[in-house]
Amino acid sequence: MLKVVNLSKSYRSAQETVHVLRGVGFAVAPGESVALTGESGSGKSTLLHLIAGLDEADGGEVWVEGACVTGLPDARRAALRCTRLGLIFQQFNLVPSLSVADNLAFQARLAGRSDPAWLGELSARLGLDALMKRYPEQLSGGQQQRLAIGRALAVKPALLLADEPTGNLDEATADEVVHLLRDLVARSGCGLLMVTHSTRLAAMLDRRLHLSGGGLT
Amino acid sequence: MNADRALSRRGFAAGLLWLGLGGARALAQGFAGLGGEAAGFAAVTPGRKFMFPDDFGAHPDFRIEWWYVTANLRDADGVAYGVQWTLFRQAMAPGPQREGWDNQQVWMGHAAVTSAATHRFAETFARGGVGQAGVIAAPFEAWIDAWRMAALPPLSNAAFAPLRLQAAGEGFGYDLRLDAERPLVLQGEGGYSRKSERGQASYYYSQPYFTATGHITLDGRTVAVSGPAWLDREWSSQPLAADQTGWDWLSLHLDGGDKVMLFRLRQADGGHYFAGNWIGSDGRSVALASNAIAMTPLGFTEVAGRRVPTQWRVAVASRGLAVDAAPLNPRSFMATSFPYWEGPIVVHGSHDGVGYLEMTGYRDAG
Amino acid sequence: MRRALWVLAVLLSHWRRHPLQLATLLVGLIAATALWSGVQALNQQARLSYDRAAALFGGARTAMLIDPAHATFTQAAFVALRRAGWPVSPVLEGRVEVGGRSLRLIGVEPVTLPPETAAGPAVGRDDLHAFVAPPGRTLAAPETLRDLGLTAGATPRIDQSAELPPLQPQPHLAPGVLVVDIGVAQRVLGKPGQVSRLLVGNTTRSARELPESVAGTRLRWVAPDSETDLARLTDSFHLNLTAFGLLSFLVGLFIVNSAIGLAFEQRRSTLRTLRACGVSARLLNVVVVIELVSIALVGGLVGLVCGYVIAAALLPDVAASLRGLYGARLPGTLSLRPQWWFAGIAMSVLGALAAAGASLIRMARLPLLAAAQPDAWRRAQRRWLLRQGALAAVMLIAAVGVLIFGDSLLAGFAVLAALLLAAALALPVALDGALQLAARGARGALPAWFWADSRQQLPGLSLALMALLLALAVNVGVGTMVRSFSVTFARWLDGRLAADIYVSAANDTQAIEIRRWLAARTDIDAVLPGARTEIRIGGAPVEITGVADHATYRDNWPLLRATADGWDRLHQGDAAFVSEQLSRRLHLDVGDRLRISGGWSVDVVGVYADYGNPKGQIAVGVDALSRHFPETPQTRFGLRVAPEHLAGVMAALREAFHLDARQLADQATVKAESKRIFNRTFAVTAALNTFTLGVAGVALLTSLLTLSGSRLPQLAPLWAIGLTRRRLAAIELMKTMVVAFVTALLALPLGLLVAWCLIAVVNVKAFGWRLPFQVFPAQLLELLGIAMLAALLATLWPVFKLARMQPATLIRIFANER
Repeated sequence: MLKVVNLSKSYRSAQETVHVLRGVGFAVAPGESVALTGESGSGKSTLLHLIAGLDEADGGEVWVEGACVTGLPDARRAALRCTRLGLIFQQFNLVPSLSVADNLAFQARLAGRSDPAWLGELSARLGLDALMKRYPEQLSGGQQQRLAIGRALAVKPALLLADEPTGNLDEATADEVVHLLRDLVARSGCGLLMVTHSTRLAAMLDRRLHLSGGGLT
Repeated sequence: MNADRALSRRGFAAGLLWLGLGGARALAQGFAGLGGEAAGFAAVTPGRKFMFPDDFGAHPDFRIEWWYVTANLRDADGVAYGVQWTLFRQAMAPGPQREGWDNQQVWMGHAAVTSAATHRFAETFARGGVGQAGVIAAPFEAWIDAWRMAALPPLSNAAFAPLRLQAAGEGFGYDLRLDAERPLVLQGEGGYSRKSERGQASYYYSQPYFTATGHITLDGRTVAVSGPAWLDREWSSQPLAADQTGWDWLSLHLDGGDKVMLFRLRQADGGHYFAGNWIGSDGRSVALASNAIAMTPLGFTEVAGRRVPTQWRVAVASRGLAVDAAPLNPRSFMATSFPYWEGPIVVHGSHDGVGYLEMTGYRDAG
Repeated sequence: MRRALWVLAVLLSHWRRHPLQLATLLVGLIAATALWSGVQALNQQARLSYDRAAALFGGARTAMLIDPAHATFTQAAFVALRRAGWPVSPVLEGRVEVGGRSLRLIGVEPVTLPPETAAGPAVGRDDLHAFVAPPGRTLAAPETLRDLGLTAGATPRIDQSAELPPLQPQPHLAPGVLVVDIGVAQRVLGKPGQVSRLLVGNTTRSARELPESVAGTRLRWVAPDSETDLARLTDSFHLNLTAFGLLSFLVGLFIVNSAIGLAFEQRRSTLRTLRACGVSARLLNVVVVIELVSIALVGGLVGLVCGYVIAAALLPDVAASLRGLYGARLPGTLSLRPQWWFAGIAMSVLGALAAAGASLIRMARLPLLAAAQPDAWRRAQRRWLLRQGALAAVMLIAAVGVLIFGDSLLAGFAVLAALLLAAALALPVALDGALQLAARGARGALPAWFWADSRQQLPGLSLALMALLLALAVNVGVGTMVRSFSVTFARWLDGRLAADIYVSAANDTQAIEIRRWLAARTDIDAVLPGARTEIRIGGAPVEITGVADHATYRDNWPLLRATADGWDRLHQGDAAFVSEQLSRRLHLDVGDRLRISGGWSVDVVGVYADYGNPKGQIAVGVDALSRHFPETPQTRFGLRVAPEHLAGVMAALREAFHLDARQLADQATVKAESKRIFNRTFAVTAALNTFTLGVAGVALLTSLLTLSGSRLPQLAPLWAIGLTRRRLAAIELMKTMVVAFVTALLALPLGLLVAWCLIAVVNVKAFGWRLPFQVFPAQLLELLGIAMLAALLATLWPVFKLARMQPATLIRIFANER
């Protein structure tokens, strides 16, 4: 499903070069949910962005469904993101000018695989049925994040990447969101890699990777 | 700019067309709209006595008139050329001649030089009364702009020679001397040329015995040339029958010294009116019986969007004439305001010779 | 493809949620396109009619032969040239009066007329005979027939003796022109056998092959001119219009720029989300451009329709101006070519792309991952100000350079453009300086914040303020010029129209009768004979006016400079005054010598103002004029009459000689007519001025709307620490008004500079005269007030929104810090 081999990334600033990742390697199996934890600035988000193709690695490889995706041009990486990956961010990343229904469906539409039955099931499971005509700004934080999860899953991705999806949510809501995530992942058979700094949430997933000093421990 | 609607030479020509001044000898065409009355103009009647030099000049009481010269020329290498010089006069209204710009005469000139490969032509227009164009009987001069035909004194009134003939246009020009020993020839019956069974006719005389010498210029190349030339003088007021749609006219210089003029007026009903004169080497002009003349198209050329019969079989049974006529240049089309085909021809058969062919009234191809 | 459509749908959803923004964007596009294309439509219309007039029988489009020494020459020259093979065609032209209107009568010879010169009239095949054969036809544009109140077939009488052939409407003909056969023209104009010129048709021959003398006439070859006389004369007028159109276009683009900038800012997160969801950068860029172009197309189309309306509304004034200033006649209805529509749409799209350029580039470079916003706005702003200042300095240097080295109308406008741009670029620097100065003097926390925040607001407002500055400066400039002209013109009219009654007899015979009649009366103080003829100097028409030897002229003639004995020399016959225009064109000044015609040379002893006359003019003694040009009609004279006898003399004259309003007028009427023409001349300028100011107001409004959203984070803390929304709104209003006021103050000196440029550079090049520069303080105050009103109106709505804002919105700022 996902295989990361010897991935490295460094950032250059005026004063120094910061090695964020030094040869990271791991794998996520289909249906498996993995938590990625670490201190602030340990490179969790960077790793996730590299896997999503939002950023380019200095070295190493990322394999998604048996295909190496490192070094692909932007258009190919975009196509991969669109069809095989689902991304969830801390800031929800919804389109403010689209209604809940349109937000939920639009990545699937972009991917050309809009499945009304699956969308219906998602909106029911995510508790969005009554909110479909609203706009993101009219939703609570938890509702917005549930919508973001729905949008990411609507495309039936092979891999779901979540970057602190509960960072803006209170504890109870966060628990509920992670539960939902885990259930939906298990049900759709995709892999989940979730960045979190909460050990409590990390414990709710199948496995946990800890990033520290640029490597996994 | 819409050329058809512009007040221009083209528009003028359109006006001429309406007035009946059509271009070429083909003024004698029904489609020129002249099938109607000739009220106020002088009438053409048989038995006129021609007087020279007076009849070299214009006859403004008649509606239309022309001075028409064609020449079949060769250069020192035997290369063939044709030359055309034409001055038409048309009166817009009958009555006494008015002075200056009020004068009712309109003049049109056509000139062309033809070779096997090239056909260059030009046209020009003028109003009478101010001197831009006109004809003086004696000393003879006919002119429009810089094109002129004028006596080279001393002029023989009987032979209408010698004359100097000049014209130039884009890509061509010529300056020829016309000499003739024999007297003028009256066409038809003593100069009364019938154009239909119903009495339409013109006054018509010719000088078929001209020898032209001089120079022609074609696309910048000037060559010395000589050869036989033919002058036609014709005037009338109503030369057409209403149902006549066009005509095919030819003049022949036969090797034996005989000269032949034939024409066929096409009628709307598909029938034809034939006429012609045989001018023997003795200078006697005899009108040919209509039923003695046969003119049959053999081959056609698509030119200027029209299908024109440029190859003919011509026969005059009474004279033992049976020849095939072929054009020097089948594309000798005069794309003037009033368009027609006019060019030199060569004939072979019972007789050999050269001549000129004119065809009008052929509309769209097919 | 489907993916692109989905992306487009997502992008467009933004406008559905923000219709006002879309409206703003469209208003900008429409304003830009409308004014520009409206002006273009007017110019095009005018040029079309000049071309029509010019192509008509060889204005200047055809090579022609003229006799430089005489107005007409013998038609024998025509025949001689034809017989020498030259494709020439004769034209006789003159003026006739029909129903009190002076019209151009052109006699042509249709049979020889070169086809390329006959753009105007269309004589169908049926008409040729009618045109040349008696009685002939008089072709005239339908407008002309309408003006004359005549219908087709009428035979207008042009004086006691002559009558024109029956009128026939001819749509392609220029207005004010009558076309007849040359024979008719010779008879009607009393010039048998004469022609004015010979048109030369297409020929491979050149002027060099022309014989020195043709039929005893020395003809001069006038080469065809790509530009017509009218086009040249009216160039300045059209350049003026174009400059205004361009200014409006740019101001409109300011609006587009700010609307697109705002939309970009608000959609930044959407764009990121789209990228994260798998839309490639290229697809996104393409779709954004498609979206922009589509909107530009819509705006452009609506703008074109508005442009058409504007043009149609302004056309009567433009037509009146052109007629009054140059004698150019425009048809009363607009006819637009397809090119106009295409050009307008292209301008709209290109303008939108240019205005969106910065946003598009920023979007293309948009990092996929949100970077922390650098907090160093202050440093960035300083850099920005420095760059603006440097650019402004460069533009200013360019302006000065062009002013010194340029010597054309275009250079004049280049100076203006560079000057305005320099000022616009320098505006933020000046405002920043002013605000900094104010901040230094501020006491207390709130005032300190007030000034500091105003400075921070500058970059967002600067475009709109620049638009305001430009619009206002141009208003001041044009207003000052027009007023200067108005005052000068009125004074000049007083000088030139010194006689009390003006009489123009129908012909010399009547003139003699009238003079005899006048001599017998006792209530006439003086009869001042005048005469006028026209010659060509350097290919251009020049009027010669004969002036009587009388104190009336000596006292009033608007001389700019002259020798002390100027008037005495003038009446001796060997000296002349020249008009300012002619003096500039021929580089003539007092002391120079001028050859008027073959045997007549004069000393220039004075230069006088001759405003509004497109032709150069020479004033000589009336006796000398009749001596050298004996054919000049002696039909005009002025009368000095005591005011109490004025009405009586007028009535008696009218009664005795049946003179109509064109032949007999008193000073007051002539003055009123002149001023009326003058006023209409600048009506267009004034209208465009108003439009421009309006557009600047809209630009300000949109900028403020744009700012009001993004400024909430700055205002929320103040609200939190206890300022009421109403108070905040008042502060916001005050801030905008302060910067607008400073801008308007800066616009005043700039406007005066613009006025100086217009008067000292542009007018001189365009019209050939220079006005005294005058400043009108009341007018400046009025414009200042209008500008402040526009600013106030533009500010009210955003401020009202702020005052009515729900507290929750302000709270969310804290909850949702961007």
